[in-house]
Amino acid sequence: MKILICISNVPDTTTKIKFADNKSFDTTGVQWIINPWDELALTRALELKETTGDTVEKISVVNVGLIDAEPTIRKALAIGADDAFRIDAEPKDAFFVASQLAEFLKKESYDIIMCGIESSDYNGSLVGGMLSELLDMPSISSVSALNIEGGNVKINREIDGGSETLTSELPFIAIVQKGIAIDPRIPSMRGIMMARKKPLNVVEAVESEALTEYVSYEMPPPKAACKMVDAENVKELIDLLHNEAKVI
Amino acid sequence: MIRQAAKDYAERELTKDVLERYEKCEFPAHHIKELGKLGFMGMMVGPEYNGSGMDAVSYVLAMSEISKVDASVGVVMSVNNSLVCYGLNKYGTEEQKEKYLKPLAGGECHGAFLLSEPEAGSDATMQRTTAEDKGDYYLVNGTKNWITSGGTASTYILFAQTDPEKKHRGINAFVIEKDTPGISLGPHENKMGMTSSDTHSVMFTDVKIPKKNRIGEDGFGFKLAMKTLDGGRIGIGAQALGIAMGALEKAIQYSKERKAFGKELCHHQAIAFKLADMAVKIDAARTFCLKAAWTYDQGLPYSVESAMAKLYAADIAMEVTTEAVQIHGGYGYVKEYHVERMMRDAKLCQIYEGTSEIQKIVISRALIFD
Repeated sequence: MKILICISNVPDTTTKIKFADNKSFDTTGVQWIINPWDELALTRALELKETTGDTVEKISVVNVGLIDAEPTIRKALAIGADDAFRIDAEPKDAFFVASQLAEFLKKESYDIIMCGIESSDYNGSLVGGMLSELLDMPSISSVSALNIEGGNVKINREIDGGSETLTSELPFIAIVQKGIAIDPRIPSMRGIMMARKKPLNVVEAVESEALTEYVSYEMPPPKAACKMVDAENVKELIDLLHNEAKVI
Repeated sequence: MIRQAAKDYAERELTKDVLERYEKCEFPAHHIKELGKLGFMGMMVGPEYNGSGMDAVSYVLAMSEISKVDASVGVVMSVNNSLVCYGLNKYGTEEQKEKYLKPLAGGECHGAFLLSEPEAGSDATMQRTTAEDKGDYYLVNGTKNWITSGGTASTYILFAQTDPEKKHRGINAFVIEKDTPGISLGPHENKMGMTSSDTHSVMFTDVKIPKKNRIGEDGFGFKLAMKTLDGGRIGIGAQALGIAMGALEKAIQYSKERKAFGKELCHHQAIAFKLADMAVKIDAARTFCLKAAWTYDQGLPYSVESAMAKLYAADIAMEVTTEAVQIHGGYGYVKEYHVERMMRDAKLCQIYEGTSEIQKIVISRALIFD
């Protein structure tokens, strides 16, 4: 079996987000990381490779991004992916990314494709679903556990009030949620040294359009101090909610 | 990536039990094993001997991130990398490397460096531990003091006097298993700081060491000790740097939260200026350590650079941690807030692996005798 993880290059979760003229994300001084959900997907894939004998023969990662995404891709190799692909294009929006990945997957065959349920920058939760539609491939979302048993996949997904167990034909797309793996891997020193030699293939992007355009960005209003209203003073509360907060 | 890996391990794993281990004087066995698996215990040994094949700059970055959270783990890592693996890697026979270096560099076990004695600290030439040449083995008798990991290490690098007439040129170095008959341990030292690292005196009573366990030629021991400590200084400099980094981070965080006289401490100039001073010192120490490491990596003479790095980093670590406690006020005096532990840890950096005074001798000699 071959597993492909789709990874996103995102700002570190402690980044102070800034916008240039409210029109574009200011990337000055930003530290980039593998999208945490994608990293957990990769961790699960590595666990499967380590525990199922020869069943998993290769783990690849693919990213839609420009050359500045390569350090993040190298980290995925350092953690243990066997090889990597970078589709050379700016990830304009979810449809654009999904289109690029779909074209890639028409040429390269994988049995299990994994993506994080969302990315920590835009939190769109779109790519996985779009990809499966473009490829006419089964996909299962909110996957919190993925196991391989005798050549078949066994998937758990969280639902209201419990968890569902499913299986799927291959190839399929697992859109993974937290819980798919517990702790992301720390790359070993040997892994880091080997990452320099593992293949990072640059693939030409195909013609594709973005369906959306970001018009502007606005920061949320700064947190104000909490106004305490006495429990008996309902009149004041209503007044504040109506006239100040304007929520009723 | 290397620095981030060390940082991630320190923040995710070492923070979990650092206070508990320090309080109980418990060796971080689990962490040393995990760090071994990640390749941090033999960073500068080549992969042919199970090491990570990295340079000293990478080592400094990793050491500072680990020590930022836990200087005890830092010292075990530093001793293994700089004091134990270094000598075997550079001067060991193929047989010694196969038998001892591979498991040490691969993180399967860790080592200790036995130079200091009750009567010989800074003056390491005064070796009273004897290694009598008995033909096909050496017979060792004596006591070693202040041995980091003395109780938990599997392998010792031991220094002893074979030919007192030759003075320091009669000292030999050996690699031996800790459980060689005749070796016994003194009680666990109850230290001021770095209490999660175990420190013991080690006694040798008629211990037989095969000739093949001697490192280098007859009489090479003192030179090996000095060369080893030259490089070890870079590791300890990085450790001190890490301690200072940890203390500053805690101080900044506290100063943003704590309010006095109507505003957060960090908005009071007295405190803000302290933080600025601490940051400058840390950056200077980092520059020293990286410069020493870079010089080492280039194959250039590095004794003065490493002495300066250790001297300065240890001194500022003491200053920065003391100031961090001060910024925390009463809370800084309490163990829960980490900074008092860091202050106790920092003190040792000015003492071991060459006291600050010894570093000044190294530096001044280079100036005078140029």
